[in-house]
Amino acid sequence: MITLNINRTKYSIDVDPATPLLWVIRENLNLTGTKYGCGMAQCGACTVHIDGEAVRSCVTPVSRAAGKMVTTIEGLATNLSHPLQQAWIAEDVPQCGYCQSGQIMSAAILLRENPKPTDSEIDDAMSGNICRCGTYPRIRRAIHRAAQLASRRAK
Amino acid sequence: MKRRDFLKTGTAVGGGLLISFCLPELTLARQAGSTKRAFVPNAFIRIGTNDIVTIIVTKSEMGQGVYTSLPMLIAEELEADWSRIRVESPPVDPAYNHTQFGIQITGGSTSINSEWERLRKAGATARMMLVAAAAQTWNVNPQSCRAERGYVIHGSGRRRLSFGALADAAAKIEAPKDVALKDPKDFKLIGKSTRRLDTPSKVDGTAQFGLDVRVPGMLTAVLLRPPVFGAKVARINDEKARAVNGVKAVVPVRAGVAVVATGFWAAKLGRDALEVVWDEGPNATLSTADLREQYSNLARTPGAIARKDGDPVHALQNSAKQITAEYEVPYLAHAMMEPLNCLVDLRSDHCEIWTGTQFQTVDRAAAAGVAGLKPELVQIHTTLLGGGFGRRANPASDFIVEAVEVAKAVRAPVKVIWTREDDIRGGWYRPLWYDRLAAGVDAEGKPIAWTHTVVGQSIMAGTPFESVMVKNGVDGTSVEGAAELPYAIPNVQVDLHSPKVGVPVQWWRSVGHSHTGFVVESFLDEVAHAAGKDPYQFRRALLAGQPRYLGVLELAANQAKWGSSLPGGRGHGIAVHFSFNTYVAQVAEVSVSDDGEVRVHRVVCAVDCGRVVNPDTVVAQLESGIIYALTAALKGEITLERGRVQQSNFHDYPMLRMNEAPEIEVHIVPSAEPPTGVGEPGVPPTAAAVANAIFAATGKRVRRLPIRASDLRKNA
Repeated sequence: MITLNINRTKYSIDVDPATPLLWVIRENLNLTGTKYGCGMAQCGACTVHIDGEAVRSCVTPVSRAAGKMVTTIEGLATNLSHPLQQAWIAEDVPQCGYCQSGQIMSAAILLRENPKPTDSEIDDAMSGNICRCGTYPRIRRAIHRAAQLASRRAK
Repeated sequence: MKRRDFLKTGTAVGGGLLISFCLPELTLARQAGSTKRAFVPNAFIRIGTNDIVTIIVTKSEMGQGVYTSLPMLIAEELEADWSRIRVESPPVDPAYNHTQFGIQITGGSTSINSEWERLRKAGATARMMLVAAAAQTWNVNPQSCRAERGYVIHGSGRRRLSFGALADAAAKIEAPKDVALKDPKDFKLIGKSTRRLDTPSKVDGTAQFGLDVRVPGMLTAVLLRPPVFGAKVARINDEKARAVNGVKAVVPVRAGVAVVATGFWAAKLGRDALEVVWDEGPNATLSTADLREQYSNLARTPGAIARKDGDPVHALQNSAKQITAEYEVPYLAHAMMEPLNCLVDLRSDHCEIWTGTQFQTVDRAAAAGVAGLKPELVQIHTTLLGGGFGRRANPASDFIVEAVEVAKAVRAPVKVIWTREDDIRGGWYRPLWYDRLAAGVDAEGKPIAWTHTVVGQSIMAGTPFESVMVKNGVDGTSVEGAAELPYAIPNVQVDLHSPKVGVPVQWWRSVGHSHTGFVVESFLDEVAHAAGKDPYQFRRALLAGQPRYLGVLELAANQAKWGSSLPGGRGHGIAVHFSFNTYVAQVAEVSVSDDGEVRVHRVVCAVDCGRVVNPDTVVAQLESGIIYALTAALKGEITLERGRVQQSNFHDYPMLRMNEAPEIEVHIVPSAEPPTGVGEPGVPPTAAAVANAIFAATGKRVRRLPIRASDLRKNA
């Protein structure tokens, strides 16, 4: 039995501790917003937060998340209220949308660490996330917009 | 209800209008209990008594924005309240067939063009019925009523009824035979950037892709696929695979050996433990090096004629200057972010399938064949597609067929999931192409002859479309973008060799144009330089009298400030290409480091796609096409050795990333022509614009993709 705290809900799961966190989240807990893209930490579609750090859940054994706070896209905010979600909607970022959970989860850590990132800081933080539809120019704009939204909210 | 009654309106259960008359019986049975009262004027619209207008979108949403732009066509004529619009994917049914292709398919950058009339008429029909219902209710002349934002209003507005309030009454109105469409000057929605309806679900994790669907009792399968295309199973030792906790069955199917388990990870571990000896067959000797040699030899002889104007051989001999070059591009995988998957629930008397597909009619027929059921008893629920790019319209329905085979063997609902390695190594690639070109210019630098020999596999050969698409030995998709060379050159020959190779090939975003855009526009640049002309002015002169080509060419050049001096070491390159009835020109601004690394700083793009429905979607699709093309130009390459694909995942089949994405500007040429495609036309000119910019910056000509730093090093 492994005890997980995901999006502030506790779960006890009987699973091989070596199973990647991604598949436990998706298949045991039915939180399917976190995506499988490569299985080797190359694309970032599976990005979640463990104790506030962005991790690639496809290569993270579920045992590593035991007793820690895990946040997935479903737990990022309620009612689309996160500045990144608002900005993604305003800039009409997603196309197919498959990678966007991972993009937003990576961007959330970037903005927490660096509330006003430059273009090159965005490049550094976001280049681990692949978007095959090529929404990069819009992701960049949306991160700038989210930074502004967040700073306005903070005032 | 008979199929021919399909588009008639009917009276419904419980006072509303029968909602399921357009749905196959299977779905009808399932929905009977939950049927809500609604007005269903045709197969595309359902208006509930709660005022919600549900649009059944005929096309699959794979990122291109059809779940927004197609509802816009209906809402414009319906005068619907846009905030009440919802979308649904359709069942497989002839009512949703492509208006030009006659099957249910999303592809060829045709969604807006093919639905432009049909969906606006569907909206107008529904509006007239709602207006008639209101007029009847008020006992007034319909002429004195109008529809506006989800209401029908009488006269100056004293009386109004919402569409939902009119649903029951409208259901009893006979559909008008003729409907008039709006004058475009009266459009309220069409032509205005409208936010995508699917975005909220794509930023909070609720969007449902095929991979996300599950049904009770579902198992998951991963296939061990052959190491060589066409290899057959000789021996299976599944002892270790079956010993993996969670593995339920090991099942040989035509595509490989399926390991079926309680979930993905167990299935994957089971596959890793599976031992299979393969009879590798004739493709075990395939190698990219051999193919290149074979193709290059073929390119030295003329192939089947795709176009012949004048006497190009004679004209070449008599030209003041001759230029010859060979170009080549590799096999490419589509690599959609969502790996292929398919969930099948096969019962004795029916079959349900959940998957992201672009090819419903073909897939259903293929699934029915395997299941041993009539096609009407197979239903496909089309989910959102995590990218398509052509791969999800597979002529053999490969990812559907194998899943039905597995479900049939295990007698339980099964979802087959492809790993990324399965995807990259799975074939159905954009073909490897090898081209040889020659041109002759006269003493004034005017081109007088152009010959182009194309060598590469036919993607249509062996498919049901071969008889239509292959004429006189020429697969039209192999030479598209080359045979229609638009430049005023009096003597032209384009010919084609279509060698048969055991690598499965398929349409890949922009199909033949994905290679001809690069080859034709790069070689034309060579000819311009050989003639001592500016490449932009050279094109302008040769396109005189073709206003739509000139329109995009000039707009892109002007916006990019063609001819202005660029900061240190940068070069401009230009290319223009017509595909899917859309004109696109691009100017790339590029620099090359001393060690040959290419940096694309900026791409300025001009597009003429006729009348624009959702401008921001046009911009997004062009941005998308450019980045897709940059991945191909700078990175993408599938190679074979001893019949084995050498690449497997994003570490060795890399994608363009955020830090490599250029600034992109898209400019739209205003037009009142009918709308044309935007999903693919952004791709073809990009590699040429970049390669031509590299020449401008370094004097080095790129004739082979992907562009290699080793070829561009300072002293290389």
